[in-house]
Amino acid sequence: MKEKLVLIGNGMAGMRAIEELLDIAPEMYDITVFGAEPYGNYNRILLSPVLAGEKTIDDIMLNDEQWYADNGIALHKGKKVSSIDRRNRKVIAEDGTTEEYDRLLLATGSNPFIIPVPGHDLPGVISFRDIYDVDAMLESSKKHKHAVVIGGGLLGLEAANGLMLQGMHVTVVHLVDTLMERQMDAVSGGMLKKSLEERGLNFLMGTSTEAIIGEDHVKGVRFKDGLEIAADLVVMAVGIRPNMELAESVGLHCERGVVVNDTMQTYDPKIYAIGECVQHRGDTYGLVAPLFEQAKVCANHLAKMGIARYEGSVTSTKLKVTGIDLFSAGDFIGDDTTEEIVMQDAGRGIYKKIVLKDNKIQGAVMYGDTVDGAWYFQLMRDGTDTSDFRTALMLGQAHLGDSGHGGNTAAANMSDDMEVCGCNGVCKGDIVKAITTKGLFTLDDVRSHTKASNSCGSCTGLVEQILASTLGGDYSAAPHSKPMCKCTDHSHDDVRQAIKERHLISIRGVMDAMQWKSVDGCASCRPALNYYVIATWPAEAKDDAQSRFINERAHANIQKDGTYSVVPRMWGGLTTPKELRAIADVVDKFKVPEMKVTGGQRIDLFGIKKEDLPAVWADLNTAGMVSGHAYGKSLRTVKTCVGKTWCRFGTQDSTGVGVELERLSWGSWMPHKFKMAVSGCPRNCAEATIKDYGVVCVDSGYELHVGGNGGITVRVTDLLCKVETEEEVYEYSKAFMQLYREEAHYLERTAPWIERVGLSHIKQYVEEDAENRKALAARFDESQKYAQIDPWAERASKGVAKHEFTSLKQIG
Amino acid sequence: MSDWIEIGTIEDIPVLGARVVSTADGNIGVFRTVDDEIFALRDECPHQKGPLSQGIVHGKRVTCPLHNWNIELDGGAVVAPDEGCTASYPVKIEDGKIFLSLVATA
Repeated sequence: MKEKLVLIGNGMAGMRAIEELLDIAPEMYDITVFGAEPYGNYNRILLSPVLAGEKTIDDIMLNDEQWYADNGIALHKGKKVSSIDRRNRKVIAEDGTTEEYDRLLLATGSNPFIIPVPGHDLPGVISFRDIYDVDAMLESSKKHKHAVVIGGGLLGLEAANGLMLQGMHVTVVHLVDTLMERQMDAVSGGMLKKSLEERGLNFLMGTSTEAIIGEDHVKGVRFKDGLEIAADLVVMAVGIRPNMELAESVGLHCERGVVVNDTMQTYDPKIYAIGECVQHRGDTYGLVAPLFEQAKVCANHLAKMGIARYEGSVTSTKLKVTGIDLFSAGDFIGDDTTEEIVMQDAGRGIYKKIVLKDNKIQGAVMYGDTVDGAWYFQLMRDGTDTSDFRTALMLGQAHLGDSGHGGNTAAANMSDDMEVCGCNGVCKGDIVKAITTKGLFTLDDVRSHTKASNSCGSCTGLVEQILASTLGGDYSAAPHSKPMCKCTDHSHDDVRQAIKERHLISIRGVMDAMQWKSVDGCASCRPALNYYVIATWPAEAKDDAQSRFINERAHANIQKDGTYSVVPRMWGGLTTPKELRAIADVVDKFKVPEMKVTGGQRIDLFGIKKEDLPAVWADLNTAGMVSGHAYGKSLRTVKTCVGKTWCRFGTQDSTGVGVELERLSWGSWMPHKFKMAVSGCPRNCAEATIKDYGVVCVDSGYELHVGGNGGITVRVTDLLCKVETEEEVYEYSKAFMQLYREEAHYLERTAPWIERVGLSHIKQYVEEDAENRKALAARFDESQKYAQIDPWAERASKGVAKHEFTSLKQIG
Repeated sequence: MSDWIEIGTIEDIPVLGARVVSTADGNIGVFRTVDDEIFALRDECPHQKGPLSQGIVHGKRVTCPLHNWNIELDGGAVVAPDEGCTASYPVKIEDGKIFLSLVATA
């Protein structure tokens, strides 16, 4: 006999927990749901767009009644639970319906706060909380003219905007002088007010309501300063209070909400609570993302897995008023111990303020241009020390250089038919529609359903903005707790640490030791694990070909038609007539349809059939060439300029340094591709300052630059330091590569890695601590002993992985 | 449905890997799971014809090497939220030998 689970509260938080539970333990419980409203579960945060006429109720249903039936869940809709008999574990509804439980989940949400002024109970006075309220407002807007919204917070402004769009004359009354004072400072609040006034809203600021006037229906509102205005509809939107009436009445410990621990358990171990009704570590939450986080943790415990903990959330806020772009997170007011950086451009309607403490972001508020909100939020969550890039902080991360979305940086100003994702041709309207009709809540949801930002990722910031402005807020899991993929709850850092500390030398070993949830991982975690074990234990770990992406398994680049391209190595970009003849002969012999010179100064041969690869490599090997690793998460190329031999400006033997760098680093596997360059003078013809590791020769020595890349977001390198000898160039390069190999997450290039850990960290290990630098370089050399074996030669003449290049059988 | 064609042994295919059987009507990918189950699919992703045999096999799925679509080895259906289906072919194992039928089931 199955245990019985009863959910009180058929809303977003409670039903999310049920969905999560069905996902991980579908057969564990008989589930019964009580909901006071006569509907299935709808997306409450999209009530504003319904009021504004941009959506319909049908658009925002998350679970319709059929869903409950399909999943074998008994739904008591329109039944309010009046009592819980904790001793006998029974739930009793107002109509007498009784259900027994083994586990009970409370998700009773919150109630709007109604100011108890005279007349607050008159017909025509409503709150803004559920479908009834929206219906009442829509109804009223058809018959009446004057609306007063009491409360200039998030909800009040969304209600006011909606009513205005329905044709009403709307006055917003606010107790203090700043709109949304919990999310805005005085300056941004003022800009918001001005913008809303231009749209036609009226404001009474610093105004306190004394009474609502009327006899059998509201007629007006009177304020403490004596002013009276006419009103046919009054919307109270002054805040919400956790709905803990039921919990309190049955003796569960409540303070400002139902008090729960990190497993979402109340003081009665049989009873869990999540959502807006709970108080966790002193905080209550009203945004959807933290509630979903709680739902996930709660489901884990209901499923008796018992490993998840909810540790609180940091949230950011967006106003869901079309065309208004504002963002705030954290403590954006500051105090004596904080500093602030402010940027204000009244002409463009842009304001940004960042509050810092000890160089770490405490909070931010932005108006007009919020594209970097997600970045500041991330830095705040991570507690990143910003001193290394403080001067660039205000300019933002997503500044010049991003390609692929037509230069758009502010989603709010984009029309529905404008393209957001240039790779997959997804327009803003497609994304908004998918979020609302398919009930999407996270970036990953949007990616998998629309493909937006799923390829190169350059439009991720825009997609996040669209998501946040459609759902009214944003939330991201801190990276230290962000799982590698769906196969595990462990983060990249957890896994890397365990591999090192617990001496795990195989993918299977890691999966067993860290309790992988899938039998053999997925296409995302297996390549990462393969790299991690090899990079950590180069002498012991065995490479797993089946966990490598095809390019690294076939040692060539797969092309869209299934053929491959081949790039032989040319050390430092130098070549010889013998090599060129050999390449030309291969092209003739194998009828290679196209050859071109790559950005990294190599020659690429396109359109080679897979079965021809070993023979092509054999011919190239004969001429002394080896794999160029143009296909790998590995050292790619070292680019060089003309050099001192010929160039009248050249200093140092830059070409020689480039060749030696490539000789010492070729074959090394990396978290992502790794490119180097050496320029002979500061004119920098080899473009060393947009490489992962770049050397710029000067008369007195060598400048070492790190963390640059071209591509989607061009990032110029940071200067690591200056050294005097070639030997130092090599030692520093090995140490830098090894630190990157040991610390970065798989598929994280040096640029985001450095932005994540900070340049100071790199300097500390590679520059300042000579002993550590030497130790890193020695570990790199050790690893290279096992890596510098030409994979082409092994396959061309030693019969390695023969099965990879021959068909199993030919039929017909 | 008959005409079983012997195409090789289980050991010819790497665990969590695939091999190609070439036919007059195009390639068929033959996949081996961690439990030594064998499946055969048309070697074309329904999305943009990527060669599925070159993808990473995990569970009873393969991830297409071109754009990371996931395909069910058993039946060839595309994993949601993407949509589509690739043809699958009957396979049987006798004494470690793999037999393939060229009559597609879907």
